[in-house]
Amino acid sequence: MDITLKEITKIFQAKDKSETVAVNDFNITIPSGKLIGLLGPSGCGKSTTLYMIAGLLTPNHGRIYFGDEDVTDMAPEDRGIGLVFQNYALYPHMTVRQNIMFPLENIKVPKEEALKRAQDMADLVGIGELMNRKPKQLSGGQQQRVAIARALVKKPRVLLLDEPLSNLDARLRLATREEIKRIQRETGITTIFVTHDQEEAMSISDEIILMDLGIKQQVGEPQDVYDEPKNLFVAKFLGTPPINLMPGEIKNKQVLIRGSKVTGKAAKNQEVVVGIRPEGFEIDPNGIMELEVYMVETIGRDTTLIIKNFNDSAKSYRIIVDARHRIKPGDKVKFNIESDKIFVFNRETGERL
Amino acid sequence: MLERQNNLKALFYLAPAMVLLSVFTFYPLFNAFFLAFLRDYEFLLRSAKGFTLFGNFKNVITDPDFGIAMKNTSIITFISVPISVIIALLISVALNSVKKLQGAFQTIFFLPYVTNAIAIGMAFAFIFHADYGLLNTILGWFGINPINWVGLNASWSNAMFALLVYTIWGGLAFKIMVFLSGLQSIDKQYYDAARVDATPRRRVLTKITIPLLSPMIFYITVTSFIGAFKAYRTIIGMFGETLRPPGTLSKDSLITIVGLVYDALAHADATGKMSEAAAASIILFSITMIFTLVQMQISKRRVHF
Repeated sequence: MDITLKEITKIFQAKDKSETVAVNDFNITIPSGKLIGLLGPSGCGKSTTLYMIAGLLTPNHGRIYFGDEDVTDMAPEDRGIGLVFQNYALYPHMTVRQNIMFPLENIKVPKEEALKRAQDMADLVGIGELMNRKPKQLSGGQQQRVAIARALVKKPRVLLLDEPLSNLDARLRLATREEIKRIQRETGITTIFVTHDQEEAMSISDEIILMDLGIKQQVGEPQDVYDEPKNLFVAKFLGTPPINLMPGEIKNKQVLIRGSKVTGKAAKNQEVVVGIRPEGFEIDPNGIMELEVYMVETIGRDTTLIIKNFNDSAKSYRIIVDARHRIKPGDKVKFNIESDKIFVFNRETGERL
Repeated sequence: MLERQNNLKALFYLAPAMVLLSVFTFYPLFNAFFLAFLRDYEFLLRSAKGFTLFGNFKNVITDPDFGIAMKNTSIITFISVPISVIIALLISVALNSVKKLQGAFQTIFFLPYVTNAIAIGMAFAFIFHADYGLLNTILGWFGINPINWVGLNASWSNAMFALLVYTIWGGLAFKIMVFLSGLQSIDKQYYDAARVDATPRRRVLTKITIPLLSPMIFYITVTSFIGAFKAYRTIIGMFGETLRPPGTLSKDSLITIVGLVYDALAHADATGKMSEAAAASIILFSITMIFTLVQMQISKRRVHF
């Protein structure tokens, strides 16, 4: 079942009557059976969007469709959604079994069947042997699984996850995100999860939706979005280390950084921002750009060169090179730039040229 | 070294409270135990004829008033506490779901707490007045003849009913305040989760709200029971020093155990009366303690901290 959001706008009014537009004219179709990452910095409206899909918030404008069905005015309990909260919201006084069975008891599923379904779901998420524990006796990752099992046990049409990994430590996060991917594959349920962590979103999503300031920025498969960012925000938000942004200009269809040509661009003469991915530099004695290395970070697999920012000495550029190259701080290195790793943006609007 | 300094510091901080507690709480407490075992204690002369193990307790228990006081105290405790806890719970859940004017409602429900118990008792005596009381006026609208609640020769059961209404109402304010603060500290996400899972309202109350509020409910129940065992102010507020409706006999008295203690104290100049008061207070103390211990045992299974 596809989920379609049409012209969704959500405005929050504070006590002093000041208004915040959390989501602004949001249009999207989420394809059936996919794992979708709703990604953006905090305060960008992604959780608001999720809660509007869940029905816990009502949009001020626009319609939400599950398949062909308009669910905009439908109560959350009638929408057939499973929701996993950021801090799981497991009932602390109930055992794992009681927590998972709770949604089934609400809709008066016979006890035998409810017990079986709860056990099956617990087995699926890998907590089958913890059924008699209380949430407090579980680790964060286990609580997370209980929350997912509780959301899935009533066979919802959509699974919604709000920052599902943010309460987990780094190692658990890696394991859990694989787990979410596996559970989604096995159940085939349309899943939307909200995150501010681009790595998390890119690693497991079939598609990512990037949001900023309540506005949809770009939608697509993670690699596509990474390779073809539509604007400066998208380019900056995706990738670790982040993209290097350098002031430049276009003159006679040539893109110049500090006066030397780095690439061509058929656009009118103007000041621009040039973004180059850290992995887009290639060491070449005849390279077009010469940079002085300020520091070298070795991690074994590859090496990160740190270059002082041209304008702001507090900031720096990062270049990832093959570990073969033995470069020392202070070395002057010449680089060529891969043409598919360089992006040119309008300095005012941030739009890609 | 540092630790010893800190301990010394802590002692200094505690000193004022310790001194006051020693003079006005610990000493009277131990003294009461001491007095309860003195034979024929003369309060005015501060002299006794040695010790007796059960003599004073026997005097208290064989007093015809003791049975009446036990009966009254039990009725007040076991009827008013459960009812007022349940009513307070329902009111606070309702208050918590009110969006507009919540502050105003909270203030209204809290007002009785800051009002003098004796004054409220007198006001209730008027509400229950047979001839021009509010209650009988309202009952009159439904064609019910005036009932003599607390007036001349009022029956014990009528008087007790009025007293219970007053006790229950008077205890609501504090309970509501505690429950409300408890309710407001429950994470809203539990309710969102319950909504998404199509939880019926009744189940939200019984399966989520009450269990999550159970530490507060337990605290309130224990302290209310202790308070109810000590009931006295309410009775004196409503019936005055005789502790019964005017014109009635002492068998119809609404005296409680604390009333018994004060009664004995009022005659402290008679031989052994002071010791009887001490013995009665120790009986009350024991009942309260046993009851609290039982409740704490129950709470281990029922309260979700």
